[in-house]
Amino acid sequence: MSNATSSRKAEVTLPGDDQILITRDFDAPKHLVWKAFTTPELVARWWSGHRGRTTSAEIDLRVGGKWRYVMEVGTGPAAGAEIAFHGEYREVVPNERLVSTEVFEQIPDDYAVNTMTLSEVDGVTRMEVLVQHNSKEARDGHINSGMEGGMQEAMDLLEEIAISLA
Amino acid sequence: MARAATTTDAFNAIAEPRRREILDALASGERPVGDLVDLLGVAQPQISKHLRVLREVGAVEVRSDGRRRLYSVNGEALKPIFDWVSEYERTWTERFQRLDDVLEELKSNEREEGQDDEQRDE
Repeated sequence: MSNATSSRKAEVTLPGDDQILITRDFDAPKHLVWKAFTTPELVARWWSGHRGRTTSAEIDLRVGGKWRYVMEVGTGPAAGAEIAFHGEYREVVPNERLVSTEVFEQIPDDYAVNTMTLSEVDGVTRMEVLVQHNSKEARDGHINSGMEGGMQEAMDLLEEIAISLA
Repeated sequence: MARAATTTDAFNAIAEPRRREILDALASGERPVGDLVDLLGVAQPQISKHLRVLREVGAVEVRSDGRRRLYSVNGEALKPIFDWVSEYERTWTERFQRLDDVLEELKSNEREEGQDDEQRDE
């Protein structure tokens, strides 16, 4: 059973000029997906993928509460470097919906609003994460940073994490 | 030009799942609309609409061959965007695979607790 789930791909689409949508099904009831998504010591186990290590995951799970995740890059030219994200919760509906802001600390002037929703059918939970940027330019910045200078180093780190999958 | 800002954006044009199917189908070589209708099982007006969007952002080109119009992919225009979507998808796929492992553990913990409860009930 876990073999079937581990081959599932996260589907990424760009539904609007200023949006990115990530969709994935999990072979677990939604209260457990919620628990894994909002419990600091559990987040620390999955959030960085394989190459990095989550050195800190702080979660104050209430409206107006703050969160902050820090990853230490494990290998490659940037090994040892830390990258961090933080934000604030805007809506907290346990097992259903979590709305939070997200700031990548390397570009602190920009932020996105992430809406995570869970829906369960026959024990399979669909997670949708809608990343809403405040403008098309900000979203394209998020996207273009993978191809151009500026944030290249940070995106290289993300790329390394992604590539380690293979 | 108030029309459909979303469809004239290259990223949106290419990230739409049906349009990615069309691009996949054209990746092996140029084809007329009829081929795409057969391959994807989608009505011609829809295919034509998607092709128009893809042409507007330069992702697809068209040429006339006698009475036929043949569509092909402009690979150079697409590559950076495909690369980005693929990388982003891989990052999240990997994260979620680790999340799967955490969930398997939570599920088995819950099963054990359930058994403990049953034993206590007995």
